[in-house]
Amino acid sequence: MAVTDAPRIVTARMGYDDSYTLERYLATGGYEGLRKALSMTPEAVAAEVDAASLLGRGGAGFPAGRKWSMLRKDPVTYLVVNGDESEPATFKDHLLVERDPHQLVEGVLIAAYALQVSQAFIFIRGEFALGLERVTQALNEAYEHGAAGVDIFGSGFSVDVVVHPGAGAYICGEETALLESLEGKRGFPRIKPPFFPAAVGLYGQPTVVNNVETMSNLPWIVLQGGKAFAALGAGRSAGTRLFALSGHVKRPGTYEVEMVKTTFRDLVYAPVYGAGVQGGREVKAFIPGGVSAPWFGPDQLDLPLGQDEVGAAGSMLGSGAITVMDTSTCMVRAVWRITRFFARESCGQCTPCREGSGWLERVLRRIEQGQGREEDLDLLLDASDNISPGLQWPPQQTTICVLGPSIPSSIHSGIEMFRDEFLVHVKEGRCPVG
Amino acid sequence: MSRFTPETAARAAELVSLYPERRSALVPLCHLAQEQDGWLTPEAMEEIAELVGVTPAEVRGTASFYDMLHTEPVGRYLVSICTNIACLLGGAEELLEHAERRLGVRAGRTTADGMFTLEDAECLADCHRTPCVTVNHRYVGGLSAEAFDQLVDDLRAGRRDGEIPPHGTLVRVRRSGGLRVPRDQVAAERQAMAAAVAARAEAAKAAAEAQSAQGDGAQGKGA
Repeated sequence: MAVTDAPRIVTARMGYDDSYTLERYLATGGYEGLRKALSMTPEAVAAEVDAASLLGRGGAGFPAGRKWSMLRKDPVTYLVVNGDESEPATFKDHLLVERDPHQLVEGVLIAAYALQVSQAFIFIRGEFALGLERVTQALNEAYEHGAAGVDIFGSGFSVDVVVHPGAGAYICGEETALLESLEGKRGFPRIKPPFFPAAVGLYGQPTVVNNVETMSNLPWIVLQGGKAFAALGAGRSAGTRLFALSGHVKRPGTYEVEMVKTTFRDLVYAPVYGAGVQGGREVKAFIPGGVSAPWFGPDQLDLPLGQDEVGAAGSMLGSGAITVMDTSTCMVRAVWRITRFFARESCGQCTPCREGSGWLERVLRRIEQGQGREEDLDLLLDASDNISPGLQWPPQQTTICVLGPSIPSSIHSGIEMFRDEFLVHVKEGRCPVG
Repeated sequence: MSRFTPETAARAAELVSLYPERRSALVPLCHLAQEQDGWLTPEAMEEIAELVGVTPAEVRGTASFYDMLHTEPVGRYLVSICTNIACLLGGAEELLEHAERRLGVRAGRTTADGMFTLEDAECLADCHRTPCVTVNHRYVGGLSAEAFDQLVDDLRAGRRDGEIPPHGTLVRVRRSGGLRVPRDQVAAERQAMAAAVAARAEAAKAAAEAQSAQGDGAQGKGA
């Protein structure tokens, strides 16, 4: 098993019960990264992040340094942190906001300085009640400590940070929907172009939107240097990354692992990670990057945990959520439940997504309940094809945002990999698994 | 249900002041109203509309988009059971059926005594403890049927009141006041910084030009 000795970058304090307190944070190097950043020029801080090759940890994996460099020059710019973690089976940002909120706040302050923004918003999904309390408390303490607000640490740099609670909507994880929500509106994704909030974002002003985990990496990157971060991992996937492991493993949890040098098999079977499949059963299939991602079978367990490597194999690391389904799983039910999620969470702006998700859910439900027809399998694929033409990867899009083309992923995978199981449901009105 | 109490109104004004545009306070104000009343009353929506400068219909239209904002009364305890993929694999459907029997209501409904609203929830991002259950958005762990029954008994007896506030109370930590950065100070700093950045870029360019003119290949670095 490849368990590398890479440093723990964002989970270094997780062993402490009081990891979320200012006292613990200061005792373990807290706010030293911010002090160092303030002693550098903003461009030099941004250059370190660029050198780190830090890919955004939200889902799309866009290089953070490049995103920053795209921020349109304007007297008023904003930084918005995306903590709306809602992709099913993703629970890594949950850990970061609850267990190390100061690390997040410090990362936000470093980014604000590098980007020279005077106002930052930390958007956290409303269901994280404790996380909201912890980050609010951390921010209060940061102000008290002189790390936020006016003239931070006597540097002459000032920034105001506001913690903003979401109110329960998956779509707000899409960055333009998040901005709409932050403006007090329904979370409707914005029509592209403009493609990037860095050009037109919050209140129409240039805005950088970064994920919680991306921000949480910044104190370490500034202190240790971008090169030290880039030396971890391989290829375009530098550093360590949090993976949320769920499903039929003995030890589900959030694990920080070195990218590329670790494989799916390591994560599922290594004793320090998943410790193997429950009941000694076998992996039937696994979802490599959240329910928007196409599935993999057991023959793909040896793929490395790298963005490009997984992309080339026809799926994505996405939000870093890996869900293991063992041989006791009914695949029709799994596909139905995922599709029901999309049907409930479609914002309703685009017809293919709004109507298609509901149709797909109803067809899948009748198959699951033993009332399906053989032609339903083709019907599912045909309807899916109307949402995402060609059913290819990366997907084509007929909708404003990527929620639509995410719907077919599990349906297409389920039918391709387990057609026989679907057919037994249809022909015999029962599940062959149990 | 009443409009905002003086204390709620004071906190509402504070929330509005946090944002460059007041409409941004709409969702936080809805949370605040739910903290006062347990749900989002029509009167509260009217008051929020006035505070952020939109119509009450726009407040309702926005609030109804979000799962956590309730335009109908809910129980003292909102019990949410996630049934999404990771929890499905962990037996969530069975737990939800058990909960429906135990509480005597279908998912989405409130018990006759107004104590519990049961919710068939989407992923709550705690997928290592399945099936994931929250009460008023406080995580209570992955629960067996027996543990669920115990939870219900404890809630009825008020034994969890310390950790689980009534429905609507989301964040009990208040932002400390008086921390805003004066706008003119920010503008002046931004201007000074922009000038400094431009000067550095100019200096770096001049240095590079001087270097290429000399052609000596010396390693020069900008500030």
